[in-house]
Amino acid sequence: MGKLVNKPSKMTVGEQAYVPAIVAGVGLSMRKFFKNTFSKRENGDIATVSYPEEKRIYPERFRGVHRLTHRADGSPRCVACLCCSTACPAQCIHIEPAEYDVSDARYGYERFPKVFVIDELRCIFCGYCVEACPCDAIRMDTGLHMVPSTDRDHFLYDKETLMAIPGADGTHQSANPRHEPGDPSHPGLTRAHGH
Amino acid sequence: MDLFLAISTPIKVLFVIGLILQSVPIMLWAERRQSAKMQDRVGPTRADIPLPPALLPLRPLLKMGALAVGAGATIAGAFIVLDAFRAAEPATPAWVGGLAMVVGLVHLGIWRIFDILIPENGRITLFGLIHSLADSIKLIWKEDFVPPNADRLMHSAAPFIAVVPALITMAVVPFSDIFYPALWDQHVPASGMVDAAVRGTALQVSSLNVGILYIFGVAGTGIVGAALAGYCSDNKFSLLGGIRAASQMVSYEVTLGLSIVGCFMVYGTLLLEDMVRWQQAHVWGILVQPLAFLLYFTASTAESKRIPFDIPEGESEIVAGYFTEYAGMKFAMFMMGEYAEVILSSVLIITLFLGGYNLPFLDRGGFSFGFGDTVWYAIPLQHWAVTAIQVLTFIVKLVALLFLQFTIRWSLPRFRYDQLMKLCWQFLLPLSLLNIFVTGIVVLLLDR
Repeated sequence: MGKLVNKPSKMTVGEQAYVPAIVAGVGLSMRKFFKNTFSKRENGDIATVSYPEEKRIYPERFRGVHRLTHRADGSPRCVACLCCSTACPAQCIHIEPAEYDVSDARYGYERFPKVFVIDELRCIFCGYCVEACPCDAIRMDTGLHMVPSTDRDHFLYDKETLMAIPGADGTHQSANPRHEPGDPSHPGLTRAHGH
Repeated sequence: MDLFLAISTPIKVLFVIGLILQSVPIMLWAERRQSAKMQDRVGPTRADIPLPPALLPLRPLLKMGALAVGAGATIAGAFIVLDAFRAAEPATPAWVGGLAMVVGLVHLGIWRIFDILIPENGRITLFGLIHSLADSIKLIWKEDFVPPNADRLMHSAAPFIAVVPALITMAVVPFSDIFYPALWDQHVPASGMVDAAVRGTALQVSSLNVGILYIFGVAGTGIVGAALAGYCSDNKFSLLGGIRAASQMVSYEVTLGLSIVGCFMVYGTLLLEDMVRWQQAHVWGILVQPLAFLLYFTASTAESKRIPFDIPEGESEIVAGYFTEYAGMKFAMFMMGEYAEVILSSVLIITLFLGGYNLPFLDRGGFSFGFGDTVWYAIPLQHWAVTAIQVLTFIVKLVALLFLQFTIRWSLPRFRYDQLMKLCWQFLLPLSLLNIFVTGIVVLLLDR
């Protein structure tokens, strides 16, 4: 059984002549023209964003280019635990961990990344690395896009580059606190207890 | 061929061709920027001419200079004009004062919109007119591509065959009444013959005695260009577009011709300048032939393949229709031909229905407000002023009609091909025949 479809009713003479429809159409165009040209609000109904003079405001959780956050003394928060490179579905993070010097306060307690390279071209900007990091060392809150280039090698962002990129609010540190062993505000924090 | 003709004819030809070709970039600007305002978007904004950075500090100086010149010239001109009205023998004639005031007001206008004309970053956009220049330069430098299996000669010849009829049909259109250069600063009375020794020239490239039939003959040639372009590109979409173009243009050509026959009967002449003179003496054509106006407007929109009749171009349907395989300057020639046809149809509508170069109370001697033989108030004008006002009226009417045609283009969707042909053969053609019959009957009755 077919479904009954309503045929459209026959057109009136006015509709068939099309002249009233033309007049209505032209009237709409003229109204739009005057509204968009002379209205008080800039550009009337036009919703176009004139990039790059105007930019859309990105949401707070927009995932842009990565950055490595700093500690208070300027060294990276990253402890080369390899959580982010393991979690990355595109396998675009390459980390070579290294041990601190024997005389350093953090010897035997933390590692640091000797090589930290992210291939931004392979990255799929999923944010798993940010979720996996236990130290809030890697963030994607820069709000930046990659700079276009004609050479694939330009997209290998190394440690210095990643540390140099500031967050969207302009800072290099993260809001999460980090207390080193020996921090006077937390006297119980020692090497034996961890943090 | 004496000297008078040898000088006046090239000037008139230059004026006509110049009018068409100078309008094309402005129509292009209208298509891209002005249409955007009606469609809730911005249009192209990237083309600009940057001022050299060395000249940027001069910007505030230029602005103050515009203000100074504007204010100074306006005030000085006002003083001169007042002086000329009061004193019997003014030191400087009144027209100098008037000219100074006009120059001053233009400079004041420039000062007022200076920040829009030359923005702070030194990039001059001229409201988007630079885009027409950018488009032209781009199209000139593009590669001249002929499809490998296409007929080279036909492919290259088709744009010319499409463009040339649109340009040369303007030859018989009158822009103004007969102009007597020897009497340019005198007052020529409205009625009465001018001395036969004085040479005059109608502002019309040539005055053929077939008049409007020349236009129909040449416009028929434009069909060949579109069909040829579609056929000789090695492309099925082009072929479709070319076939549609040919059938559409041929059918609407018939309606075009028949809808004007009523005008021939009422005006009693085929010559365009005599039609305009009839309208000057009686009423505008649109009041005596309103149905013919609508029919002619529709048929000429279809003839120039404008929306809502742009099935041959297709755009979202058949890529670009009959000019798919054309790039660079050949494409520009098709576009130019299309705009020239729009201008041509507007010009013919003005000449046939909207009174040509006439203003309601203007005649050869100036303004004379009155009805019939009584004249209440007359402003006699010199001959050059009357001619200038007539040409200006023509151009203003042309701009208004172009605006109407463009706005219709941006407001309406496209007709389907069968709807288009049905409209022509089953509605417009019988209506035009009806118009002929009714007009004939009315003319006969009135002549009794």
